Amino acid sequence: MKFTVKILLICLSFLSMSCRQQAERKVTITFWAMGAEGETVQKLVPAFENLNPGIHVKIQMIPWTTAQEKLITAYASGNTPDGCQLGNTWVPQFEALNSLENLDKWIKSSNVIQKDKYFPGIWDTNVLRGSTFGIPWYIDTRLLFYRTDILALAGYKNPPKTWAELYDVSKKIKALAGESGRFAIYLPTSNEWAPFIIFGLQNGSDILKDNGRYGDFSNIKFREAFEYLIKFHKEGLSPVGISQVTNVYQAFRDGYFAMYISGPWNIREFEKWMTGPLKDKWMTAALPSPTGNKPGLSLAGGSSLVIFKESPHKKEVWKFFEYLSSTQVQLRFYKEINDLPALKEAWHDSSITGNKYMKAFFIQFQNVVATPKVPEWEEIVFSKVQQYAELAARNVMPESQALKALDHDVDNILEKRRWLLSR
Amino acid sequence: MAPEQVRSRKYTVDKKKHEAKEKAGSRDLHSKAPFSVKIPAAYLFLAPAMLAIAVFFFIPVAAAFIISFTDFDIYALSSFSNLRFIALKNYLRIFNDPLFYRALKNTFYFVIGAGPLSIAVSLGAAMLLNSPMVRLKGLFRLFYFIPVVTTLVAVAVVWRFIYHPRFGILNYLLGFLSVNPIDWLGDPDWAMPAIILMAVWKNFGYNMIIFIAGLQNIPEYLYEAAVLEGAGWWHRFKSITLPMLAPTTIFVGIITMIGYFQLFAEPYVMTQGGPLNRTLSIVQYMYEEGFRWWNMGYSAALAFVLFFIIFAAALLQLRFQKDVE
Repeated sequence: MKFTVKILLICLSFLSMSCRQQAERKVTITFWAMGAEGETVQKLVPAFENLNPGIHVKIQMIPWTTAQEKLITAYASGNTPDGCQLGNTWVPQFEALNSLENLDKWIKSSNVIQKDKYFPGIWDTNVLRGSTFGIPWYIDTRLLFYRTDILALAGYKNPPKTWAELYDVSKKIKALAGESGRFAIYLPTSNEWAPFIIFGLQNGSDILKDNGRYGDFSNIKFREAFEYLIKFHKEGLSPVGISQVTNVYQAFRDGYFAMYISGPWNIREFEKWMTGPLKDKWMTAALPSPTGNKPGLSLAGGSSLVIFKESPHKKEVWKFFEYLSSTQVQLRFYKEINDLPALKEAWHDSSITGNKYMKAFFIQFQNVVATPKVPEWEEIVFSKVQQYAELAARNVMPESQALKALDHDVDNILEKRRWLLSR
Repeated sequence: MAPEQVRSRKYTVDKKKHEAKEKAGSRDLHSKAPFSVKIPAAYLFLAPAMLAIAVFFFIPVAAAFIISFTDFDIYALSSFSNLRFIALKNYLRIFNDPLFYRALKNTFYFVIGAGPLSIAVSLGAAMLLNSPMVRLKGLFRLFYFIPVVTTLVAVAVVWRFIYHPRFGILNYLLGFLSVNPIDWLGDPDWAMPAIILMAVWKNFGYNMIIFIAGLQNIPEYLYEAAVLEGAGWWHRFKSITLPMLAPTTIFVGIITMIGYFQLFAEPYVMTQGGPLNRTLSIVQYMYEEGFRWWNMGYSAALAFVLFFIIFAAALLQLRFQKDVE
């Protein structure tokens, strides 16, 4: 009896040794992911590791709010992960840091990740000076969420297709609301820049000029769009300031406003709040355009997958990215956390075609553009566009003066860029 | 007995102790060998601490000072060849920056508004809690101190509801006085007073504890003597409590002022500096320039300007204290 136990123990120890040997041959890659994606991607790792026994993926979850700070700190201290999820407007910033791997040659030799499988506008956000630095992972854009019942009361069976219609329906909704203090549309100024940039782009503005050397906000194209949106605030069609709307979803349910320009992350929330008799009283629509020939432009948003230059395991990371870029995995993300797939093919799956709110997104994604690809972009929109939009909306500054000041501030922000480009 | 007498008596006791210490010290020195290099033992004991202070305090401050003369930003992080030495340009930019003046104005508004109010409230609370008529003193002290130790974010969530223009309890209560609802945090004119109110509520407990300690140091016989002389409540407060509390008040005043000049968390979580930048403080501006937009050079320059403002204000207060004495 004792003898057999001894034999068994010896066998076991040999077994564990051989296991360890195998483990040592494994390559460990670290992948940073933010928010809900981090949790979901964690669940997908075992399946990937089964397919690729030589690779171990370590997922590091970081909160969205501090993600950029953490990444830049990691870069400054030379501790960048192998791969990362990066908001696609951040790609220019990290490219400017010279920290991202040029993915051109990886894409060329890949059977899985190919440019024409993606929406062109989204793909383009990762292209800088002709080279690709990121692969779209999941995508988003902004479009119109609206209350069908309130628009019907105002005489609109269909959502507004042009700027003129949007203004007209807003006037009618406000007239219906009368003294109740309700509004037609929510266009926040101090914490939202997207509508201003979107409408500017729709009107043909380039936002910045001279290859991103100067602001181009005083240009008539942007000014028209800006004045158009500010009109909604000045005429009381949209609430001014954010404090009046503590909870957007509750306000939408209460009919405090009837339209809201926002992104796909709202769908689940609206489904949660719009219950009972309100269940079918809301819809999504592609954005209106200045003239109405086709849906208006919107922003190409979402997250990209990037490889850091310092990574010693680029091949393994690329394998992981190919895995994440398969239709099945992308659909799994959609089902679990409503992340919209970047692959066009996934959009033909019944789980997406069966969702009536997705139709407008599919239409909108055909018509999205990247915001100007300068590293200073976030500073420009978050600290300056919002600030001057608010000053104009609250009637503290006339629109033309606000735009002039905006150009002045943006030119100051871009001074370093001009100096670098002139060297 | 007048307060001065009390103080001088205390001083003579301290002086005697001090002399005794000095004697003991000198005896030690004489016992040493005549030719050895004299490094007073005190420096050896201080060295580790001084080293730590040098590494973790002086070097970073010096580095920040140097950075404030450069345009250190995200580009410089990628390569030092992208770093320019721009001398005083950051400082010149500050003095031409309307947003800096906005932030400066807001910060002064907060310091001047919330500072004295905060001290008055904490002194009042301390006197109430020190009164012999109050029972369950410990419990009340705890109650008043709770806001100080509560996380600001939790407090902010609650206060955002209190201030809510449509559903807030504050507007509801004001409704009984037939005051029209005020958009506390959304109205540019009301946002700062709303922040001040919250900050005073949140912070007064801390100063109150210090004041209670100060009040308990006032000898009871002073009040007994005053009562015998027929002094009323106000007279006792003016002639005994206030002068005896003068050192405590100065201390509390400076600490509060320095703290309030560094206003950050309250507006950061309640209003993000808005509406119309009317609650943007210097520290928040500095934080955003530095850690959100990575304009480290400009941010460092802002930090030094703020340092000099606080330094000047503290000097002013100390001078004021001397004048009072």
